[in-house]
Amino acid sequence: MVDVPYDRIADVPPAEVPEVELYHPKSWWTQYVFSQDAKVIAIQYSLTATAIGLVALVLSWLMRLQLGFPGTFSFIDANQYLQFITMHGMIMVIYLLTALFLGGFGNYLIPLMVGARDMVFPYVNMLSYWVYLLAVLVLASTFFVPGGPTGAGWTLYPPQAILSGTPGQDWGIILMLSSLILFIIGFTMGGLNYVVTVLQARTRGMTLMRMPLTVWGIFTATVMALLAFPALFVASVMMLFDRVLGTSFFMPALVEMGQQMKYGGGSPILFQHLFWFFGHPEVYIVALPAFGIVSDLISTHARKNIFGYRMMVWAIVAIGALSFIVWAHHMYVSGMHPHFGFFFATTTLIIAIPTAIKVYNWVLTLWRGDIHLTVPMLFALGFIITFVNGGLTGLFLGNVVVDVPLSDTMFVVAHFHMVMGVAPIMVVLGAIYHWYPKVTGRMLDDWMGKFHFWVTFLGAYLIFFPMHYIGLLGVPRRYHEIGEAAFIPSSTHTLNAFITVMALMVGFAQMVFLFNLVWSYFKGRPSGGNPWRATTLEWQTPETPPGHGNWGKELPVVYRWAYDYSVPGAEQDFIPQNQPPRPTRAVQEAAP
Amino acid sequence: MVVAIILLLVAVGSVLFHIYSPWWWTPIATNWSYIDHTISITFWITGFVFFAVIAFMAYCVLRFHHKEGRQAHYNPENKKLEWWLTIGTAIGVGAMLAPGLVVWHQFVTVPADATEIEVMGQQWSWNYRLPGKDGRMGTTDVRYVSSENPLGLNPDDQHGQDDVVIASEDLHLPVGKPVKVLLRSLDVLHDFYVPEFRAKMDMVPGMVTYFWMTPIRTGTFDVLCAELCGAAHAQMRSKVIVEEENDYKAWLEKQKTYAELSGRSAVMRATYESGGK
Amino acid sequence: MSAIILFMAVIAVIIGWWLAQQRLTAKPWLEEGSIDRFPGTGAMTLPAAKIGLGVFLAVASSLFALFMSAYSMRMNMVDWRALPVPGLLWFNTGVLVVSSVALQWAYVAARRNSMDGVIVGLCAGGASAVIFLVGQLLAWQQLRAAGYFVASNPANSFFYMITAAHGLHLMGGLVALGRTTAKVWRGAEMPQVRLSVELCTIYWHFLLLVWLVLLGLLTGWTDDFVDICRRLLS
Repeated sequence: MVDVPYDRIADVPPAEVPEVELYHPKSWWTQYVFSQDAKVIAIQYSLTATAIGLVALVLSWLMRLQLGFPGTFSFIDANQYLQFITMHGMIMVIYLLTALFLGGFGNYLIPLMVGARDMVFPYVNMLSYWVYLLAVLVLASTFFVPGGPTGAGWTLYPPQAILSGTPGQDWGIILMLSSLILFIIGFTMGGLNYVVTVLQARTRGMTLMRMPLTVWGIFTATVMALLAFPALFVASVMMLFDRVLGTSFFMPALVEMGQQMKYGGGSPILFQHLFWFFGHPEVYIVALPAFGIVSDLISTHARKNIFGYRMMVWAIVAIGALSFIVWAHHMYVSGMHPHFGFFFATTTLIIAIPTAIKVYNWVLTLWRGDIHLTVPMLFALGFIITFVNGGLTGLFLGNVVVDVPLSDTMFVVAHFHMVMGVAPIMVVLGAIYHWYPKVTGRMLDDWMGKFHFWVTFLGAYLIFFPMHYIGLLGVPRRYHEIGEAAFIPSSTHTLNAFITVMALMVGFAQMVFLFNLVWSYFKGRPSGGNPWRATTLEWQTPETPPGHGNWGKELPVVYRWAYDYSVPGAEQDFIPQNQPPRPTRAVQEAAP
Repeated sequence: MVVAIILLLVAVGSVLFHIYSPWWWTPIATNWSYIDHTISITFWITGFVFFAVIAFMAYCVLRFHHKEGRQAHYNPENKKLEWWLTIGTAIGVGAMLAPGLVVWHQFVTVPADATEIEVMGQQWSWNYRLPGKDGRMGTTDVRYVSSENPLGLNPDDQHGQDDVVIASEDLHLPVGKPVKVLLRSLDVLHDFYVPEFRAKMDMVPGMVTYFWMTPIRTGTFDVLCAELCGAAHAQMRSKVIVEEENDYKAWLEKQKTYAELSGRSAVMRATYESGGK
Repeated sequence: MSAIILFMAVIAVIIGWWLAQQRLTAKPWLEEGSIDRFPGTGAMTLPAAKIGLGVFLAVASSLFALFMSAYSMRMNMVDWRALPVPGLLWFNTGVLVVSSVALQWAYVAARRNSMDGVIVGLCAGGASAVIFLVGQLLAWQQLRAAGYFVASNPANSFFYMITAAHGLHLMGGLVALGRTTAKVWRGAEMPQVRLSVELCTIYWHFLLLVWLVLLGLLTGWTDDFVDICRRLLS
């Protein structure tokens, strides 16, 4: 007998799961509308997020038109400009990116990737979507209420957020805060599902270290979101009290437009602490799922295991933990005690190290790979460039003294758009090209995809890279027009006009993408179950698109990690996670 | 091939844009060239990393893109390489952080001989206050704000009577003298922002914030508001004129004190002088 | 922010302790095959609802820790005037303790398969929780009648807001408790209700604990403690 560990060859029986209590839809309504299937909920989340995201895209065009050609468009005044930036920012950060990564990708991919039949609490999961939808509707309704949406900036800093010098002081701010509160309630319902599904419903053999990095990223981000969103909740509730009941949590004694207000004693800085205690983890809540997904895209399309998987996992956990002690780097010039600057600059720059490791490992995965330049791979490459760029400018803003001249300039705008706008969106788009075949059974059109990638990537880069230099020059953010200032050369206006043209082009490319989504749904090339020849479980479903309950009679059993690509001696350049190890000859002989 | 070249072009183009950009920081007007130096160090380090990563990536795409029969190399990890990269990154981060913290220490340590001046923001204009002959500024409270007393000085505070009040006019400063700029706001957050000064700080209603600087060259500089403060945020402008000591004194002579402005000058001055002697 | 930082540190320790048992340093590419050699690395075997409740308690704790952080930061401002604590709160606290004890009773009965005990425990627990809520409303009324309005001082504002937040959580608990009671009412067997009773009991104890901490905060007992924390962290 050859000395073989017994369990290397044992064909493990599937886990003995009790009959899963799946709610089986009885009618069209419960199958497609009030569905409790995570996959349908994922699509609902994604479509809603995309719809409200398109509103934010149009708002960005309007803003850019005003900035590029100030005075030309008489229908955009200072108030409206502020309302546009506020709604654009809030929608993009919370209602689009957070909802899409966690509600959309999380719902679709977690149960499939860990080999579960569904989320563990399908009913709560359904409620989560409907509360989210309500939050979106409340948010959208502010466009139609008297006074319009709030123009306080997405950070909603008091006192100005609830004073009359800011547009949307009547209904806009109240509905905005209510919408945020609803969003957080809805998210908490969904988040409980994502976390518990990963903890409790992983299929047999799926250890944490065998999980794809996508699941790691979404899981960690959800844990962070569950702990961080309460800070926004508390801040929103307190500000609602200030606005509606006249309390003074955040409101100091002040004179507004010559009128003594009845507020007194409150602290605007307290709000900033609460807001950024949520706000900084929020950056990573968006970034970590993107990190995870892009790792899988690169690995699959370079036919190579992700380089340094363990480091990647540790880095995700480390970033998640560190991101809770860096929040005040958004507040270096807020007037908080200056000595905080030393601490927060240090923690902020330390977080750059695990982040850099991730970047190195992505590019090292390409090294000596077999790189298929498919559309998802192109978007992954685009992500690396924009993320490296945006991450490095973060080192400017995180280093307290460098932040002093650059804070509140266009440099900041360029930085966060590059790092948490363009880069995660690159991943979202790449991921859609990657998983669309699993969702619909058809491939997205390749030519349109490549056109979409190049215009989006190059266009977005040309928008945001030069914008840093406008900020370096000293142009402040949130100005609807630069106006007269001796230090601003006229060439800046030319650059602004150029950026606007680019923004319109990038926006147009997204229309091509939307067309592609619809067209390919009907006319796309049939993809088969595993078009990218990937190892992870979602590609091994018996049906494509996966049916209700995901797996046939038996749950898959996992025998290996998620990255067995190009293993020497294997028949193919990938081994699915649920493929049992080949029995060695000795065992075959020993078998009866 | 094409993809690799475009990726490389993005890296090269970014560097060229950086070198030839006509948009660059404004000529500095204070002692805070340290901040500019720190930014330069950061640009060098981050620029190197940016170019190295993208160039490496472009090379990989060129060299290892899919061809018939190519098989990817199997290499789960390389502990040694990862550690070296980690250490290298840590050194790079340290090289940016260390000067940053040193300069921040200077930034928050106000020299003892700095003259205090006050900037007060309100929607949407700037007001200034300079200490009078006694060299001290009186206390303030927003409860005292009225049309006669736009800055909200305490009418009973002796130190405030001789304070020079500059409501909605330009501020003048002498060159070469360190100043501690005290920042106050009546209503919402503002930020006293002069790009050439580099230093700035939010103004928060209900508290007094500060920064310090020494103007090193004369000139007229635009004041902008750098913290969103409502509808006319972009129009909240003023000017700071840095001038030689003599010009400054001549200007200062012409300014009115709080006592003079508040219309009770005679009474108050008498009280003040008798109190002073 | 000391309360929330402290809370996050506790959470970090718990997560770290759990991750430490998950073999995060293993080399997964070398470990082909089944995982039977490594017990504990598979999915958790606890019921999903129980884990879900645990996670939710972490979220709710985070919320209350943040309220407490905001409270302790705001109370340092000069305009803070502590409000007199209505004596009724002590009675309410007692009622909430009774409620928790009743639920514990139901839980013990459920483990002993005594359906009668479960019913008594659930009903007593639910009734006393309702009495607690009514008592809280009365306390609000007393304060209002004495001129302590929500906007007249930040201490008042916090009092109303925090007690409301706690009350809303208790109401949510009552919904779950009501569903459990209804299940028992409809004649469900013990195995079907045992878990529900246990979860309600855990949640009740949690809310009692939160209430005791909040009471300490609102009555000023924790002032000294908060002070120490602040000094440690700033």
